[in-house]
Amino acid sequence: MTVTTYSVHDLFGSFDNFASYTTGGLVYGAIYALIALGYTMVYGVLQLINFAHSEVFMYGTFAVAWTFVFLHGTDSASQSLGEALPILLVALLVAMFVSALVALLLERVAYRPLINKNAPKLIALISAIGASFALAEAMGLRDRFAKWVGLDDNLKDYVSPEKARDVYSNPVTINPHDLFSIGGYTVTDVDLVVIGAAILMMVALDQFVRRTRFGRGIRAVAQDPESAALMGVNSTRVVQVTFLIGGLMAGVAATLYMLKIGSTRQNAGFILGVKAFTAAVMGGIGNLRGALLGGLLLGVMENWGSAVFGSQWKDVVAFVLLVLILLVRPSGLLGEALGKARA
Amino acid sequence: MATQTQPPVGTWRNPLAVIGDKWDGVVNAYNRQPLLVRALLIALVLVLVYALPLLRPPVLTTQNIDFGGVMFRVAAFALVALGLNIVIGYAGLLDLGYVGFYATGAYTTGVLTAQHGSWPFFLALPIAIVVTMITGVILGAPTLRVRGDYLAIVTLGFGEIIRICVKNIEWLGASAGIKDIPHPNTIGPAANPPFDKGGLFEIPRVQWDGLTPSLDYDHATHFLVFGALDAIPYYWLLLTALILVLIGDRLIKASRVGRAWEATREDEDAAELMGVPTFKYKLMAFALGAAIGGLSGAFYASGQGGYISPDSFPLLLSMLFVAAVIVGGSGNRWGAIAGGALVAYLPERFREFADYRLLVFGLALTVLAVWKPDGLLPPRRVRRAKAAEAEIDALELGEDDGGVKA
Repeated sequence: MTVTTYSVHDLFGSFDNFASYTTGGLVYGAIYALIALGYTMVYGVLQLINFAHSEVFMYGTFAVAWTFVFLHGTDSASQSLGEALPILLVALLVAMFVSALVALLLERVAYRPLINKNAPKLIALISAIGASFALAEAMGLRDRFAKWVGLDDNLKDYVSPEKARDVYSNPVTINPHDLFSIGGYTVTDVDLVVIGAAILMMVALDQFVRRTRFGRGIRAVAQDPESAALMGVNSTRVVQVTFLIGGLMAGVAATLYMLKIGSTRQNAGFILGVKAFTAAVMGGIGNLRGALLGGLLLGVMENWGSAVFGSQWKDVVAFVLLVLILLVRPSGLLGEALGKARA
Repeated sequence: MATQTQPPVGTWRNPLAVIGDKWDGVVNAYNRQPLLVRALLIALVLVLVYALPLLRPPVLTTQNIDFGGVMFRVAAFALVALGLNIVIGYAGLLDLGYVGFYATGAYTTGVLTAQHGSWPFFLALPIAIVVTMITGVILGAPTLRVRGDYLAIVTLGFGEIIRICVKNIEWLGASAGIKDIPHPNTIGPAANPPFDKGGLFEIPRVQWDGLTPSLDYDHATHFLVFGALDAIPYYWLLLTALILVLIGDRLIKASRVGRAWEATREDEDAAELMGVPTFKYKLMAFALGAAIGGLSGAFYASGQGGYISPDSFPLLLSMLFVAAVIVGGSGNRWGAIAGGALVAYLPERFREFADYRLLVFGLALTVLAVWKPDGLLPPRRVRRAKAAEAEIDALELGEDDGGVKA
């Protein structure tokens, strides 16, 4: 057995490393949290794990990359955040649009027929797993689809067969600018934008659910679908809006992800989706604020864990943490808020 | 219960639903037969199933990949689905990390027979089962206190933890995996190359020219020679294990334990109040399910290739296991087997589509779920409940026209 080099000293011995791992973790955590929103909203309303949400996110990342290709060209370049900002904003809109579209499609094809039939919850999971497979594979085969519509020549730089299943990089890499440092970690403008945008979106959504008419409808359906229907809430609409919002948030997450990481893959969503779902559960699934807390916590803890045990154990830390939290608080840190409490 | 959005019954039936109802009819017809007829039917089916890779029926046989190997995988999947059916279908515990047990069984076998020992396969097999069962208890004891989807995500985490552990622990071969896992011993005289391949006797396989069969002696299967050349003996071995597990499954389902599982699944609190120690039974289901997963994993490890690596056990496989159980009809052992067989078989059959096969498979899974939400073979109890519900719905529809109710 390999003796993993314990370096607790590295982490907690000096404040510098500690702060650096924490800040780094927060950046990833913010992205987890945004994706987690999609899971938590759908779960709150339908009590379903929307397994294909990871693919909604993945399509968003490709939307961002391709927006850059169209607006900037295929030649790889690096720009500062300020220079790329106009394209980035367009990319954000496109990604939100694409992700929301995929999410709505998903709801229509994989969920609504089952909800209408009042099917067992588990079967929706299978339908979602199937849809997730199909969506990921469709992205992996984009070279074929481009050929069918006769676009493979025009698009060969980014749908060529050798690229279709490979890691696909954003043609424009964003050069982060150092702003200031917290205990040895240089915070860049990219980091700030990621965390700031994520928190902004979360607050906006939280307010939407708490204050608007639609938000009230969502909460009503989450609380008691039958009574909500009797009170005149159109549950089909509510479910649709829920998926739409989840998609929009995944689009934002995808943009931030491409901003920070810069490359994606047809199966990029899978592990990120699992992490995001973990974050949602950790905070209390169905609870929007819980998703934020869970996401940030997961990001930070993961980073600490990889500092102590080595980066290959990062995911193990995340899951062990999840188990520990659930053992102490079986319905997540903040409990379930959107959905009704279960026995 | 009908919701507002459901179209009125009887306007338009999609053809898939019609086929589905026909299938229900076949199942019902079988259930109406006397015991003797049913036993004979089962025996006939068994013989056919054993002979399947030799018969190589024209439409079923996979084109670009060895059919025996595919059948081995199908049987392995069916065995896994049978085990997971105990956890999901009987006890109602959604386990998304079942691949962890599969991996545990495979790795125990690998470590004992190749990596750190040279035990014969059949000695390592029971150890693998026991180790997996213990793993099941260790994982279940803390986690079974959480419920529903929380349990799903926790088990998913455990499946991933096991994969990452085997990937990073040098003692288990790390990412290189374990190779040269020995095959089970040949039954009959040992191989004597170059001409004598050993075994008790040879069985020729059938080859089809269009629809005319003939015997193909060039590709004979040597009876019970386990080696890299021919997967059919493995298939037989696994099928036998599957049948034994099936009998055990039937016994335990009909016992007090099975009823306790069902009570726990339907309403845990009520079961607890009626004096069923639900935690104990849930743990038992978890451990038993794990053991069967371990058994299948052990067979997988010592299969044709004799090679396992962390990449053999991705989380995706876990999803496929769950899909197998649910697609087949969770709670019905035959459904689980059918689902397992289907989920393993379809991607291989679609191999002509090469790159598209996973796309087709994903779509097929979604279509199947939407088409038969209770699985292909729902348990008898579910079918009866559905029928009763439909009857009540029909009555209500007749009375308050339109049947708009929440």
